[in-house]
Amino acid sequence: MSVNTRQRDRWTVLRAVRGTVLLGFGAFCLIPLVWLLLAPTKTDAQLVNGHPLSFGSLAQFGRAWQHLVDYNDSVLYQWIANSILYSVGSLLISVATSLLAGYALAVSRIPGRKALLVLTLIAMMVPPTALVLPLFLELNTVHLTNTALSVILPASFYPFGVYLAFIYFSTSLPKELLEAGRLDGCSEAGLFWHLARPLAKPLIGLLSFFSFVANWNNYFLPYVMLSEESKYNLPVGLGAVVSGTPALNPANGGSFLPITRPEVALAGLLVVVPIAVIFVFCQRFLVRGILAGSVKN
Amino acid sequence: MRRRFDRTGTLFVLPYVVLLFVFGLGPAAYSIYQSFVDDRTGTGDVGLSNYQFVLGDFRFWPAVSHVAIYLGIWLPVMVVGVLVFALLLHERASRFSGAMRLLFFLPGAVTGSASILLWYCMLEPSLSPFAPALKAMGLESGNEIFQNTHLTVIFALIAFTTGVGQWIVIMYGALQNISADVLEAAALDGAGAIRTALQIKLPQISKYVLYMVILCLANGLQLFVEPQLIYGITHTAGSPWWSLNQFGYALAFQNGDFGSAAVISLLLLVLSTGAALVLILRTDFFQTEVDR
Repeated sequence: MSVNTRQRDRWTVLRAVRGTVLLGFGAFCLIPLVWLLLAPTKTDAQLVNGHPLSFGSLAQFGRAWQHLVDYNDSVLYQWIANSILYSVGSLLISVATSLLAGYALAVSRIPGRKALLVLTLIAMMVPPTALVLPLFLELNTVHLTNTALSVILPASFYPFGVYLAFIYFSTSLPKELLEAGRLDGCSEAGLFWHLARPLAKPLIGLLSFFSFVANWNNYFLPYVMLSEESKYNLPVGLGAVVSGTPALNPANGGSFLPITRPEVALAGLLVVVPIAVIFVFCQRFLVRGILAGSVKN
Repeated sequence: MRRRFDRTGTLFVLPYVVLLFVFGLGPAAYSIYQSFVDDRTGTGDVGLSNYQFVLGDFRFWPAVSHVAIYLGIWLPVMVVGVLVFALLLHERASRFSGAMRLLFFLPGAVTGSASILLWYCMLEPSLSPFAPALKAMGLESGNEIFQNTHLTVIFALIAFTTGVGQWIVIMYGALQNISADVLEAAALDGAGAIRTALQIKLPQISKYVLYMVILCLANGLQLFVEPQLIYGITHTAGSPWWSLNQFGYALAFQNGDFGSAAVISLLLLVLSTGAALVLILRTDFFQTEVDR
């Protein structure tokens, strides 16, 4: 065998190994999601006895949905509404404040600018969960716990967004453009509204995406702040269904509720689907965005 | 000449500054204060008694060791896993590579309580599509799997699967920033795919690896929902104070001892701020500062 063919053989083997590893891990990522999608179409018995990746029926899916809706007087609808209210509320405040602050930090002379940037950097790295217990104490003294505001306001503090906006405006907003606007007699606020804001559309999309995903999935903050079941968001509600019904563990006590594993899976699906859909549609622009947040270029 | 500040700019930054003080610095300062106030005696004494109490509590050191072991397993697996997959994907850009990146990204959509639910089912042999693999490892039932000794591994597995895709995408992006000239030169020198990956590409993205390790470290310290829900489901695996954050929660809401809970919050806050500072001071990631 010549050296050349031996080398080519080695290449083929390496390529095959690479393909197998990637495909294998891809399957490992995909199978749980497919299972989750299929689980609510089956009865609990089918879920245990049938093939894990088989399809039940749409009628069963409808029944599971009905069971879930019946749980605690349709509290599910309340959770969905809460999730939307909390996520969108925080999104609006966080994106608005981030844009304004990032813009001002990038183009204006403001007192304590450097200190603000350093604090923002630190705050951006510290996971929001680290502050949840002290936040509870703080909001408790002003009697705001167990309200929508106790979830929306703390989640509106969004240093990552400020930093991203700061980078965006300092790198992609030409100074000459601002100068030209000033010469035309435009006010500083007008410059932001008529020049910077339209230029920042991709940035706004990106900030909205990250803020929405983080708030939609938020667990620890609402878990700590909210004490009434009707105020929960979907993830906390799902947690309550999972650990409060015998669906996953009969040791949780007998129950006449028709909340079994397919219903729990359906509740999980409700949390996941909006994010998954956004993920798939935004992947391309996300990659660029995540990088813009971490790389200088 | 005295520098004048822009009024509009100051107004613009104000709402954020309010949020920063009320929901960032405020609670941090409050937890420092609270940690020195003794609630337990009812006298409100100021001192170190909360620190003594927490350090002496039978739940504290186990929680520290659980989180430490969890990080000890998860971080290396995460670093190696992300690098292997990113390098394999980058070895040859193709439609296949793009599709795989999207696939690896998808489990990241299932986080928090939904991911615990999903992975509980994936590890329960009576439900799981992975049952043959679990049984091959000698794990026949959920009770055998959800044991205290397995919890750190299980949480590391969940955190790895939900987090790996996002970091693969970031590393892949970093790899694409390596200039084509460097890679061409390596190829001319006769470096194979493996040598190029390990000796050329890897050193070029080491900064991103540090970035990832520190962010993951700070996040991993905060472990809460995983142990909380697995204990809620099983009642045997773990405890309501298995992780540090759980312990802090239990102190605050079961014992009503907010002073001691503040000690735990402060500990986590100091550790994650420390990690943040290392990142900011030791790398030039954040030198985007535009001087004017």
